[in-house]
Amino acid sequence: MRSNEHKIELARRNFLTTSASGLGLAAVSAMLQLDGRLASPANANDPVSSTTNPRAVKSPHFAPKAKNCIFLLQAGAPSQLDLFDPKPRLNELHGQPLPDELLDKVRFAFIKKESAVLMGSPRKWSKHGKSGMDFSDFLPHVATCADDILMVRSLHSEQFNHHPGQLLLSCGRASFGLPTMGSWLTYGLGSESQNLPGYVVLTSGRGSSGGASLWSSGFLPSHYAGVLFRNEGDPVLNLSNPLGISAQMQRRSLDTLKSLNESRYWQMCDPEIASRIASYELAFRMQSAAPELIDIKSESATTLSDYGVERAQHPEATGRGNVANAHLSFARNCLLARRMVERGVRFVNIIYEAWDQHSDLEKDLRYNSWVVDQPIAALLKDLKQRGLLDNTLVVWGAEFGRTPLGENRNGRTANTGRDHHPFAFTLWMAGGGIKGGQTYGETDDIGWGVTRDPVHINDFHATLLHLFGLDHLQLTYRNQGRDFRLTDVAGKVVTPWLT
Amino acid sequence: MTRFIAVALTILLLAGNRLCPAAEDAHTETSDAFATDVLPILSKHCHSCHGGENRESGLRLDVRDAAIIGGDSGKAWVAGQSDSSLLIQLVSGVDPDRVMPPEGERLAAEDVTKLRRWIDQGAYWPESLAGVKERNQHWAYQALVHHEPPSGHNVWGINAIDRFVNAKLQEHGLAPSPEADRQTLIRRLHLDLIGLLPSVADVDAFVADERPDAYERVVDRLLASSHFGERWGRHWLDMARYADSDGYEKDNPRPDAHRWRDWVIQAINDDMPFDQFTIEQLAGDLLADASDMQILATAFHRQTLTNTEGGADQEQFRVEACFDRTETTSAVWLGLTVGCARCHSHKYDAISQREYYQLFSFFNNGDETTHLVPKSAEEIEMYQRDKALHDRQVAAVTKQLQSEQALLDHDSANEPSIKPLMEKLAELRKKEPPKPEIKARVLRQRTQDPRTTFVLRRGEFLEPIKDAIIEPAGLATLPPLQPRDENVQADRLDLARWLVSSENALTSRVTANHVWRHLFGVGIVKTANDFGVRGEPPTHPELLDWLALKLIGQHPGGEVNAWSRKSLIKLIVMSATYRQSSQLCQALLDHDPQNQWLARQSRMRVEGEVVRDISLDVAGILSRKVGGPSVFPALPPGIAELSYAGNFKWTVSDGDDRYRRGVYTFFKRTSPHPNLITFDCPDANVTCMDRNRSNTPLQSLVTLNNETFSHAARLLASRILSRQELTSDMDRVNYAFRLCLSRSPTSFETSELLQLISDSRQIFSGQPDEANRLVEGSQALSHASLSDHAAWIVTSRIMINLDEFITRQ
Repeated sequence: MRSNEHKIELARRNFLTTSASGLGLAAVSAMLQLDGRLASPANANDPVSSTTNPRAVKSPHFAPKAKNCIFLLQAGAPSQLDLFDPKPRLNELHGQPLPDELLDKVRFAFIKKESAVLMGSPRKWSKHGKSGMDFSDFLPHVATCADDILMVRSLHSEQFNHHPGQLLLSCGRASFGLPTMGSWLTYGLGSESQNLPGYVVLTSGRGSSGGASLWSSGFLPSHYAGVLFRNEGDPVLNLSNPLGISAQMQRRSLDTLKSLNESRYWQMCDPEIASRIASYELAFRMQSAAPELIDIKSESATTLSDYGVERAQHPEATGRGNVANAHLSFARNCLLARRMVERGVRFVNIIYEAWDQHSDLEKDLRYNSWVVDQPIAALLKDLKQRGLLDNTLVVWGAEFGRTPLGENRNGRTANTGRDHHPFAFTLWMAGGGIKGGQTYGETDDIGWGVTRDPVHINDFHATLLHLFGLDHLQLTYRNQGRDFRLTDVAGKVVTPWLT
Repeated sequence: MTRFIAVALTILLLAGNRLCPAAEDAHTETSDAFATDVLPILSKHCHSCHGGENRESGLRLDVRDAAIIGGDSGKAWVAGQSDSSLLIQLVSGVDPDRVMPPEGERLAAEDVTKLRRWIDQGAYWPESLAGVKERNQHWAYQALVHHEPPSGHNVWGINAIDRFVNAKLQEHGLAPSPEADRQTLIRRLHLDLIGLLPSVADVDAFVADERPDAYERVVDRLLASSHFGERWGRHWLDMARYADSDGYEKDNPRPDAHRWRDWVIQAINDDMPFDQFTIEQLAGDLLADASDMQILATAFHRQTLTNTEGGADQEQFRVEACFDRTETTSAVWLGLTVGCARCHSHKYDAISQREYYQLFSFFNNGDETTHLVPKSAEEIEMYQRDKALHDRQVAAVTKQLQSEQALLDHDSANEPSIKPLMEKLAELRKKEPPKPEIKARVLRQRTQDPRTTFVLRRGEFLEPIKDAIIEPAGLATLPPLQPRDENVQADRLDLARWLVSSENALTSRVTANHVWRHLFGVGIVKTANDFGVRGEPPTHPELLDWLALKLIGQHPGGEVNAWSRKSLIKLIVMSATYRQSSQLCQALLDHDPQNQWLARQSRMRVEGEVVRDISLDVAGILSRKVGGPSVFPALPPGIAELSYAGNFKWTVSDGDDRYRRGVYTFFKRTSPHPNLITFDCPDANVTCMDRNRSNTPLQSLVTLNNETFSHAARLLASRILSRQELTSDMDRVNYAFRLCLSRSPTSFETSELLQLISDSRQIFSGQPDEANRLVEGSQALSHASLSDHAAWIVTSRIMINLDEFITRQ
């Protein structure tokens, strides 16, 4: 069978043109390379191969600045008024009601308008970096990275419930069935990693409102869905062999599987069989690559302590962010994100669902900020020091912000929290072609609305794709007769953000 | 067709007359006004945006009947009342933010005066200038046309389908493939019709069956199987976005959801005609004397998501659910994506925003409620037995009591002969078996305080455009929807009947295409979810119409039962086209890589549920119980915890319920079972018309390593090893092949597996601990050594990972 040169050549041609699931080229390269018949992997920019192999690296529309993205999704919506956007006037107005005209057309999740009053922030603020960027005393470590950070205070959305808001942030529209950011990027650019998925999801603490819909590939093929990694134990679901199957036994079994699938291929000539063979081989490579990835023993003691992967618990650990040792898993996830980027993973989504402080804002926010502050700063510095920050975009973002009004839901005697606020909130970015050391956009004196340079989430997405060399109007996928985009029907690139 | 056009025209004309209040002859003196005063203005200022292909805001002003209907903001004018006519308000510039035309030269004051005068005089628009009464020429909107199957010298095949297919093949210089062998055929039929593998005995019997109707007998047996409804019901559940939980953040369980799922399976097993199936699901509550089951059927549209997130505006999500109902209905029955028109008139398909809200209005007055329905037929039967027994006991005691009372002549409650009987009776009454009922989520027409529908600006529920009330109606490109009572607004029942009316060609085409798609992998219209202008045209348009006519039973010599899915499926699987081999060759790959001309059958990886079902089946543990509450098979740790706030506990079911078919796995929307999702099972948040069939490394990891599958491999090994009549590994390999692949192995395959067995044995004799770990939990096999046993588990694991095992060929 293997001596039949002619058949192999035919097979190669078939793979190039006809694989329905599209792994054909990868499959033939894998098969023929193992057979020693193909000297090098096929040219990744070959138009045929990039349309047939969903993982093949594809050329962007124009020269990219970013190659990878680490998205720090702070689900639940942290209070921008207590972290990034100081409002002295709000403190002066503490306890006052809002004028009726501001409240007239506004809906809240929980606030009762009749008795709502403004709530100042007790935080201490200071200025950082060359630009004098504001940070509250809750984020001392991140503040030291101010010169790399672009602080956007003028983001706005129209969704004020968590799940719809998280869908909008992830998919560009608050609807189900749409691909998420990481899916669009891996669909548009392919995967640089031969042994790992291109789109990985890491979570800390409790489950998020959006659940699996936050890493769905929607109508895109499932090659582009996020793969959930765990940071301990089996890093990927079903990665370990069943008990009793050693690595040697696994390889020996897969050899027979491959041989039988190949013989079936020669008989049926169906390129899908070649795709299946390639899938099994990639699965096998993942079985060693993924554990190697999460094994952080090789990291220096300094690195480990910079990220805080073994730090002691905060003395006042509290609230919804304090679940399942989130302070350790978040730190570890940040470190793993760097390791993934080094290994060519395109999009890493780190989800920390912790920030929905309708009450007990001060102590919960203090704890959550402590959980994320040191690891994020360590990540930014580590990426920079390794020369990875230039082409790695790091984003801190959430589905919305929190109200300047204190939350007074029925029965509350004191305001200790803030409600959902989609009209003006803060997102920040660093690296990957972002011009750091600038604060963009402005909100009014109490942080109610945007007064300068409003940015919708669709604009943020348009800019994100632009950083990756992708035109958000051109990156489309035909579904049900419509060419869908990450930016739905809107979005414009915010050029002042770009280096 | 001619009849249809005549009817349509009459209706259009009647509508026109109703909208033009005065009679034709009253207008003779003003009949020139339109031509001389109005048309030049419209033509100069309006038609470039509101004419021809361009229908900004759903309005066109170059065709009389369309202009009279108006656009998304309502009617453009009210005859006789220029002041309240939108046209005048906009062109005269009373509101500087809303001026027409938005760019370019404004209307001169005298032009506005001309328009005003024309409107005030009755807005008469003569027939001679009515403009083209064009019908949309897009193929899918045209009436079904009967085509005789092509005949010629080179006739091939068994039934008419083959003649249509063969004609296209010849046109493209292709020839059909030979019929697949019997092993392949029976395996294909089993997988396609019931989603399970044939047993070794089934295969042997079919191969040996020399009767001329052997094949048809298999088809009939499978169509009659109660598993048929599970298989084809699952296809329907995809479209219905069926799940066992609410969705959104809280994603609370819906313990009643399975009741409707069982209704679907039953209806499909009973071959409920598709028109009835449609009417009961969309409007069962509106049928006269609706039965419990007909009301239950409306749960089709209770599969929408429910957002109970704290602080969510319930009106917002009620409207959202109505959007979903509108869009799902259009997609499932009409194959149209009307969703675009939620926010603006459809860019490609001729669906205006106004028409979207006409459809929406059918659902706007469907209230979400519950209805008590009997649990499964099984439980009802058990209840009836228990109840009868109980009634007999009560009757016996009552009789005894009466006869004792008859012996007394005074008030008797405390008499020693009476008291114990009274107590016994009271005790019995307490034990009356409860009627097995379940409170099911259903839809019911709102009668109190009905809602008025308006177009919602950009689909925003807080921004109704109150200029015009929207009344329920169908799409203008399709035959008119007429209410059953012309004095009353159309309702969901009228909508349902309109969808399945014989004039509506879309529903039957879309439905026939779905059936075809499940039997060939691709539809005759490849974009099964889009029959609009952006979709793919049919590869075999005459065949599609022929099948659609068969489906609706309006066929010359119509021997097919109207709207019978089983009949249509049988017709297709009986064809020679269906029975072809799926083997590819270079010529086929060169000439028709996508198999659109059907010179072969398709090879397809089976769906996620089926991957699971057949693995459990060859392991001998698949439970074949049909219906009942959803079950909780093994779930890898850490999955349920991903749901919001870890509010969900997955407690693995007991006994056989761990091994039920995949269709019964509890479906939690925010944290669905990963084995299903990895194999492209839809996430049930929106309707899914066409599952992906991806091929990924994560799938390989599932079937190699997931607990369910490694358990299946262990049991498959035991099953093979415990067959005493298999005396050699060669025998066992042969049996394993027949069990898993319904065929015997080639000599190459045998030698590869024998080599694996012998190598594994050797590896395990050096690793006895590993061997022990692998066989742990398996039944003890006295005649097989530890390394034998372990080697066979390895081999079984490879068998269920073969491409061919999870492929329908």
